[in-house]
Amino acid sequence: MGRFLAGKCLRLAVLMFLVSFGAFVLVSMSPLDPLSTNVGQAALGSMSQEQVAKMEAYWGVGTPPVERFLSWAGNFLRGDMGVSLLYRRPVAEVILVKFKNSLWVMAASWLLSGLAGAGMGIVAGIKKGSWPDRLVSAYAWVTASTPGFWLALLLLTVFAVWLQWFPVGLSVPIGLEAGQVTVADRAAHGVLPVAALSMTGISHIALHTREKMIAVMESDYVLFAKARGESPWRIAWHHGVRNILLPAMTLQFASISEIFGGSILVEQVFSYPGLGQAAVAAGLGGDVPLLLGITVISAAAVFGGNLAADLLYGVIDPRIRKGRRRGI
Amino acid sequence: MEAEREGGEVLLSVEHLSVSFTRYGRGWKQKKLMAVRDLNLEVKAGELVAVVGSSGSGKSLLAHGIMGLLPYNASREGKVMYRNQALTQERLKKLRGNEMVLVPQSVSYLDPLMKVGEQVRKGFRDPQSRKKCREVLARYGLGEEAGKLYPFELSGGMVRRILISTAVQEQPRLVIADEPTPGLHMEAAVRVMGHFQEIAKEGAGVLVITHDLDLALKVADRIVVFYAGTNLEEAAAGDFRDESRLRHPYTKALYRAMPQNGFCPVPGSQPYGDDLPKGCVFWPRCELAEGRCQKPVPYSRFRGGMVRCWKAAEGVCEKTGSQGRR
Repeated sequence: MGRFLAGKCLRLAVLMFLVSFGAFVLVSMSPLDPLSTNVGQAALGSMSQEQVAKMEAYWGVGTPPVERFLSWAGNFLRGDMGVSLLYRRPVAEVILVKFKNSLWVMAASWLLSGLAGAGMGIVAGIKKGSWPDRLVSAYAWVTASTPGFWLALLLLTVFAVWLQWFPVGLSVPIGLEAGQVTVADRAAHGVLPVAALSMTGISHIALHTREKMIAVMESDYVLFAKARGESPWRIAWHHGVRNILLPAMTLQFASISEIFGGSILVEQVFSYPGLGQAAVAAGLGGDVPLLLGITVISAAAVFGGNLAADLLYGVIDPRIRKGRRRGI
Repeated sequence: MEAEREGGEVLLSVEHLSVSFTRYGRGWKQKKLMAVRDLNLEVKAGELVAVVGSSGSGKSLLAHGIMGLLPYNASREGKVMYRNQALTQERLKKLRGNEMVLVPQSVSYLDPLMKVGEQVRKGFRDPQSRKKCREVLARYGLGEEAGKLYPFELSGGMVRRILISTAVQEQPRLVIADEPTPGLHMEAAVRVMGHFQEIAKEGAGVLVITHDLDLALKVADRIVVFYAGTNLEEAAAGDFRDESRLRHPYTKALYRAMPQNGFCPVPGSQPYGDDLPKGCVFWPRCELAEGRCQKPVPYSRFRGGMVRCWKAAEGVCEKTGSQGRR
């Protein structure tokens, strides 16, 4: 177990390095000039030479990229994620605020897509070719080939613009003090982003669970259960769900990355001030500390999801649990 | 004992059973593949009947066909009666798992993620089921701790005993065992077969499907010889003591192929699905074959057994069979 954890930690370190380095290379190769993007061409023109030099120093224009990356990495290792150039607040603080906004949208859509997807997959897989199966499969194929941002736009048009059931964007109502914002307000603002994220997220888990369920229902042990007079419902519950749960959970934990990726586009569509939107702003505005901070945190979250799946496997699957105990 | 067994109630009677698969051939043409055809057998209470055939002869389908467990693209024809009443799907649903039990052939028939003890008692947790399960496991020399193992932790011999335990956990009248001794050495295989013999002695009818004639002869009361999806002969186990008491040329060939009887193989191989010969399925390999063998041959009663051969029924095989040997 100790070796297992040490190996995982090493992997995490390597992953963090590679991901932050990759993000840094990309942003430093970006053709956008941070000064003209963030200050504006007109404002820049009216500044004195001295002011411009100050600005350039602030945005790190003159510093060689390697030096910038190393100084960022050194500070990061010491626990200092730096100061966001755009928000002028410590990166850790910005990420925390944005992450809180995103977290429950992501968590809600992750849970929803996982539960609904697995449920749909199980129902469809139990009776392959039946009408529930065809319904689920059709839904899954359609949403699997639907881009998340397009679905978000569609939802926005139908439910926010035409029907006006939900607000058009943002995470809280405009013109309210922070203290006056109720949970209901926040929930109302989250419904459409969550719907957009989970509706597309369902397809993967549903299709995989269905496929696995079909395999289980065609297995020898289900045939034997039938031979022993177990009812179809009992078979599905006792043998089906038991054997389906593990792959479904693994898949769902591994799909955290997709939720992260999807949230960037969906938050953009709904102007939802979350981590995804901050990442886009940081990337376009050349806010290197913030971008790297978000990248590293997201990578850690995705890694954590995969690790959780790994650990759960060991807890749930007796074949792995007993193997590990014997030190294999 | 013999007399008592012969007087046993007929539990299972199978007449003209055929199992066929529909599949797509070239293009959209549907093709029917006969896997089992015109199969006949009978199992009485208290007797052990062995269906013996080499692999690929359709033996497992026979077990699944009787139990009503065929895949969706297979269909069953013919008459299957259980205790003098037709064995319909509805009736099967009621009988399966209590009066009629299947002992499957491998560990893959156990749920990989469920403890075997729990599987023996079908997941029931009431004290009565638990008690019965403990007794059944103990009967086969398995302690309570064996019930707490998962299928992947069992040895080959333990798998056999667990699978038999699932049958004895109920009060079966009819036990169908599908190839119950694969991969076991002779001693262990005989012990497993002994368990089935014991179940038969307690009054149940047992149908064992196996490829191992030698083993079947040690325990069975009657042997049904299965070849290319159908049965060619039914003989008392005792008939195998002497070649001249056997009826069908294929059975005689089987007899001669046994190590203790000369180890003499028959040229050729068993035909499969599409390429079944017309008439008697054995005629291309039979040294006595003649024109009429290529027309359908009835399965008829002969000298206390059954045989599907024109010549045997006329008593020709006996003379030539023994001449051919010496």
